[in-house]
Amino acid sequence: MNPFSSGTRLRDMIRAIRACKTAAEERAVVRKECAAIRSAISEHDQDYRHRNIAKLMFIHMLGYPTHFGQMECLKLIASAGFPEKRIGYLGLMLLLDERQEVLMLVTNSLKQDLNHTNQYIVGLALCALGNICSAEMASDLAAEVERLLLTKDPNIKKKAALCSIRIIRKVPDLAENFLSPAASLLKEKHHGVLIAGIQLCTDLCKVSADANKHLRKNCTEGLIRILKDVSNSSYAPEYDIAGITDPFLHIRVLRLMRMLGQGDADTSEYMNDILAQIASKTESNKNAGNAILYECVETIMGIEATSGLRVLAINILGRFLSNRDNNIRYVALNMLMKAIAVDSQAVQRHRTTILECVKDSDASIRKRALELVFLLVNDTNAKPLTKELIDYLEVSDQDFKGDLTAKICSIIEKFSQEKKWYIDQMLKVLSLAGSYVKDDVWHALIVAISNAPDLQGYSVRSLYKAFRTSFEQVSLVRVVVWCIGEYGEMLVGNVGVLEVEEPLTVTESDTVDVLEACLTGHSADITTRSMSLIALLKLSSRFPPTSERIKEIITEHKGSIVLELQQRAIEFNSIIQRHDNIKSSLVERMPVLDESAYMVKKANSSQENIVAVKSSQMSLAGTSVTLPNGVAKPPAAPLVDLLDLSSDDALVPTSTSKDFLHDLLGIDLTNSSSSGFSIAPSGGTDILMDLLSIGTPVQSDISPETVSSNQGFAPTTKPTPTTVQVLDLLDVLPSNGSVAGDQSPLYPSITAFQSSTLKIMFSFKKHPEKPQVTEIHATFMNLSSDSYTDFVFQAAVPKFIQLHLDPASSNHLPANGNGTITQTVTVTNSQHGQKPLAMRIRMVYKVDNQEKLEQGQINNFPPGL
Amino acid sequence: MIHFVILISRQGKVRLTKWYSPYQQKERSTVIRELSGLIPTRGPKLCNFVEWKGYKVVYRRYASLYFCICIDPDDNELEILEIIHHFVEILDRYFGSVCELDLIFNFHKAYYILDEILIAGELQESSKKTVARLIAAQDSPVETAKEEASSISNMMSQAM
Repeated sequence: MNPFSSGTRLRDMIRAIRACKTAAEERAVVRKECAAIRSAISEHDQDYRHRNIAKLMFIHMLGYPTHFGQMECLKLIASAGFPEKRIGYLGLMLLLDERQEVLMLVTNSLKQDLNHTNQYIVGLALCALGNICSAEMASDLAAEVERLLLTKDPNIKKKAALCSIRIIRKVPDLAENFLSPAASLLKEKHHGVLIAGIQLCTDLCKVSADANKHLRKNCTEGLIRILKDVSNSSYAPEYDIAGITDPFLHIRVLRLMRMLGQGDADTSEYMNDILAQIASKTESNKNAGNAILYECVETIMGIEATSGLRVLAINILGRFLSNRDNNIRYVALNMLMKAIAVDSQAVQRHRTTILECVKDSDASIRKRALELVFLLVNDTNAKPLTKELIDYLEVSDQDFKGDLTAKICSIIEKFSQEKKWYIDQMLKVLSLAGSYVKDDVWHALIVAISNAPDLQGYSVRSLYKAFRTSFEQVSLVRVVVWCIGEYGEMLVGNVGVLEVEEPLTVTESDTVDVLEACLTGHSADITTRSMSLIALLKLSSRFPPTSERIKEIITEHKGSIVLELQQRAIEFNSIIQRHDNIKSSLVERMPVLDESAYMVKKANSSQENIVAVKSSQMSLAGTSVTLPNGVAKPPAAPLVDLLDLSSDDALVPTSTSKDFLHDLLGIDLTNSSSSGFSIAPSGGTDILMDLLSIGTPVQSDISPETVSSNQGFAPTTKPTPTTVQVLDLLDVLPSNGSVAGDQSPLYPSITAFQSSTLKIMFSFKKHPEKPQVTEIHATFMNLSSDSYTDFVFQAAVPKFIQLHLDPASSNHLPANGNGTITQTVTVTNSQHGQKPLAMRIRMVYKVDNQEKLEQGQINNFPPGL
Repeated sequence: MIHFVILISRQGKVRLTKWYSPYQQKERSTVIRELSGLIPTRGPKLCNFVEWKGYKVVYRRYASLYFCICIDPDDNELEILEIIHHFVEILDRYFGSVCELDLIFNFHKAYYILDEILIAGELQESSKKTVARLIAAQDSPVETAKEEASSISNMMSQAM
């Protein structure tokens, strides 16, 4: 074969590739070379095999595929000469990785080469095995390597030791075979062998506790001697780095000592002197010395060292921390994190310096320092540290703000002892870096505000102030919008002003301005804009003078190209136009959010809870919300979501709840339209919630007690003993014409409700042909000394019962029981005979134009209804 | 342990890669792409450590080349800096004031030297002299073989 036919030399190919000006040119050159190499391979060209592999390695490094050369490597390895083997093994390590099956084919060649008489060929095989062997190869060749650990030649010994490390990392079960040869390596004088042997022992300790025990018993003394010798040795040019003899050996011995001394007081005690010597005598003006000190400190922290030694170690870290070299400061921070577990007091002393590192210009150092500061925070220093961090937040790099904000928020949440501090700090963070605040953080803030009635006014005013300067911070804007929607009147009316507050005058139209800005601002996202729409709807009933303007804003958005906004706007518009009578009850203030439930859910940190809280905020006014399951619920349904706060979304069958609410709303609506019966201007949402909480499976998670106590309502009435009822009945009957006229009731009458101000009697009538239907005559009596006006009675029943309210005899109830109102209620129990009647009631009336509200639950219905 | 060693030029060209942990071809290119975007952009006064995907990359710049070594988070970063310098000094002695071009045209020699310094992601030899001696001992049979080959081809070309 003509030797000149086999393409260019390696050097020429590299030159040609380097001369390429574009990537396309380079691809063309590489393609041409690869084609030549492929044809050489198919012609079984032997003379230029090594050159072709060398070329392929270069091409591989440029990122081109070279798999077709893998078999050529194996052929080179199998050839007899050292030069071919050398390039073959290099190609093997470069072009293949341990997961390729081709690698299995090389096992036999490796075995032969491990037994070769030429030490360099053995070296090549050991090196390849150490760098790329798989678990199978490790098991197959472990015996050969083990034998090579005992040869005389240091070059082979050190390579075999490192190769053993790879083998026991791949197959930890083989560890015990290597234990005694590894221990004997520690008696060597050759530094390369020592370094490799010590490293092997360290890895043995990692995979096997027995090995650790064995080495602790037999080798601790030897190790200490090695360290003593090397640290006390006179100038040795071969190993000298910056005046220190072989820092690599130092570091490896220290590392193994850490493994051996861990959890063993005697061994640790034994190491005390030499560690103290290294820690105090090592030069710290060069990197090599610092590397040793760093390792030494880690060993002191890792073993059961005496307190004196630990003080020495912490002092070294303190010195590191004030070093001008960033590398040294970085490792100091790194090590202080570990030192906290050992001696947190000592680390606290360096707090100021560490805090300065948070503000460093180097991202790696900042990140370390921030994590360290986070670990250093405790109840006593939380406030000053938070202040420092927040102050820094203002000037920090954009790409660091995310990390910093997350850490500050979690410090605030974790260490806040008073609500006002928490709200203040969160507000600062939101105004400085609101765009970086995670959703669950501002959700938690809203829950907290909702649970702090005395701070709501303060919060909404502070938020309003913050908004004027930081309107571009997304999360801040959302919290502002939510709070204005909920507590807008506290903003305008300056309710609950704290002493520290500066006076603030905000008009009703100012607040609407804010919301309108949030709604129409070009930077606002859909969530913010949707929240703004809800808040506007809420304000429209709180601030009647602005309602016309709000109506206009909402009408404008009926044509929004964003589907969500359009739908909301249309729904709200119809609420304003057609259901003005129930609007104010629909948009009542949110019930207090359950803080503990939220915290628990947040701890579980599922995506779902965030959605649930979010949807509950948005569903206030009964809007459509997209739930996690992808179902957009109809307007009525989101009320169910209120209950979902403490239950699981998935458990709520959407259709059921829809029907359910439909029924309920149906009652209200038919009443208002057919009989002109006006629903009281408050409590719509609440009563709907209450309805939901009467013994149906849907809201089993939320107990009626929780709901009513949360909302500050009176607890439900207890059933009154029957004897009393009969007496009452006799007392009352004469004054109640309609009931008295009926006579002979089949069922005893009951006192359905009694408070200090109001008493309600129920008497019952049934048609024999319709056992399911019961006619209830309700009689209302005023027990107080003031007369009631605008008296309205509302009732709600579980799903299996249908309810019909006839118009009441009057809406005026005279004082001191001098007159009554009567009203007929017809109930149809679809599960007659299986389930008893149950009813929730609510009475709304005015005393001197002051609205009053009473409510209760009736479950003392006579059996058989 | 050391997971990989990469030499990247300031232009982002790879000059040497050595993988001690299994990385598939795709992962290798991702690693190289990410690191060559990350490391050369860091300012000169910053520390030589980058936290990256749960690992640490220790790097050091020599002229136009970045020597990068990826290690476990609890390894000794300062020692890795010394290992990089150790490697560079040996290269320097071998090539006689090494430059990037030496490493391009003799990339295989750089690999041979690295294989005498690291195996299985661990340090093998702390003596520069020993490494130099071992490399020289292994270069000589290759040189002899080359000379033989060229003398044969000379003879052949003369005969033709």
